[in-house]
Amino acid sequence: MLVREVAVIGIGQTRVGEHWEKDLRHLALEALQAAMRDVGVERVDALYVGNMLSGELTGQEHIGALVADFAGLRGVEAVKVEAACGSGAAALRLGYVAVAGGLADVVLVVGVEKMTDATGPEATAALAMAADADHEVAHGLTFVALNALLMRRYMYEYGYKKKDFAPFTINAHANGMNNPYAMFHMKVTPEAYARARMIADPINLLDSSPVADGAAAVVLAPADWVRGSGKPVIRIAASAVATDAVALHDRRDPLVLEGAALSAWRAYQQAGIGPEEVDLFELHDAFSIMAALSLEAAGFARRGEGVRLALDGEITLQGRIPIATMGGLKARGHPVGATGVYQVVEVVQQLRGEAGANQVANARVGMAQNIGGSGATVITHILVREA
Amino acid sequence: MSLPSKNWRLRNQRYRLVGEICEKCGTPIFPPRDVCPECEAPAQTSYVFSGRGEVYSYSTIYHPPAGFEKYAPYTVALVRLEEGPMVTAQLTDVGPEGVYIGMPVEMVTRQMQTDGDEGVIAYGYKFRPRMG
Repeated sequence: MLVREVAVIGIGQTRVGEHWEKDLRHLALEALQAAMRDVGVERVDALYVGNMLSGELTGQEHIGALVADFAGLRGVEAVKVEAACGSGAAALRLGYVAVAGGLADVVLVVGVEKMTDATGPEATAALAMAADADHEVAHGLTFVALNALLMRRYMYEYGYKKKDFAPFTINAHANGMNNPYAMFHMKVTPEAYARARMIADPINLLDSSPVADGAAAVVLAPADWVRGSGKPVIRIAASAVATDAVALHDRRDPLVLEGAALSAWRAYQQAGIGPEEVDLFELHDAFSIMAALSLEAAGFARRGEGVRLALDGEITLQGRIPIATMGGLKARGHPVGATGVYQVVEVVQQLRGEAGANQVANARVGMAQNIGGSGATVITHILVREA
Repeated sequence: MSLPSKNWRLRNQRYRLVGEICEKCGTPIFPPRDVCPECEAPAQTSYVFSGRGEVYSYSTIYHPPAGFEKYAPYTVALVRLEEGPMVTAQLTDVGPEGVYIGMPVEMVTRQMQTDGDEGVIAYGYKFRPRMG
């Protein structure tokens, strides 16, 4: 198999939040223009747009062509890519495949989501479309409830208390404080976590990532093009997708994210490394329980010990495996189809040494894992800064 | 969204817990999926589940999706059926305080959702505490 090495040569992002004044196309434009300015390109060979809910929440589908035209790229190859909350990284995966396979040289990937035009119940119902419509959602299940079922069982099997999950929220919000693009700049204390309003028992408001608007973009090119330019080369050392059953009840063991484990394992194989060589991990902490299960699936903690890792302080910027280094889904925010691209933008910031107060010391290998649904589509990317 | 055509199509599984059994390896399958998840053999032989099981996990929903506002709060569960498969459903005839992991439950047919005052009423399985 002939594969070219691929580098991320440009990044851009909008602030995550409630953008009352901007619609989907303006958000996408802002992020992709920032990414193209970052590297100084004006034309690209293809545009992949990661998005989950444009049709359901804004009444607009066909946003590949829409965004391309709006950005002045009329004529370019452009499609929307959908894989629930994993849409952003799924779009990146397709961009990677195009460049690695030699079918395109310069590819633009943008993840975008506009969620705040809808009411709370509308957004909740729309997000539930990532689950099994006939066998989960028809029974009134929400996305939060599916994660609550996992969290309750996790507490039961391993003997954790609700308060043991607080470090995930506290860490994410501490890191979000220093990210100008984050939705929340708000420190969370253990007391605030304990008092937070219940959404779906035992998941409270501070276990959950917020509904938000946002867009993030990256520009890809063959790594050979940028070597010797004097700038650090950020190479995509692995790009892997794996799937699992969409419905929780169809999993062999709901507390094991087999799709996440398979996706991470494939990525480690491609990169030729193991989890011990990863300097930071942008994981899919849509809910606290997902952070714990992701750490276990990706090999950073044994089964039932993901929460223990957080309690031991190992997930902070100074810990053994820093996670959510720019705020994660909880504090940066979770504009669902954009999230996977935000994660990779943040890994690139870390590897370039541009993460400011949140810089992970000597970061050379960064991993991002984006999860669609409750674990059914999992996309893992490993990025490496070349010496 | 409660579509009449969909309710009709799912009637056997929704009203009577009709699933499938794999004739090759004997795995009982619910919801029906036509391909055995264990051995990947075609599995389209009908199999009626007893409706007995126990609670694997549960949650009470305070923030419902559109269409379920009038039912909130309500309690949902993953129920491990005694034949092996797991099913997602609401619990009924019990308050949130009365539920525990491992609680024996049985299937009943109840109203799942109504489509406004004049729309179609969708019926389907829920689970209630099992006596004895």
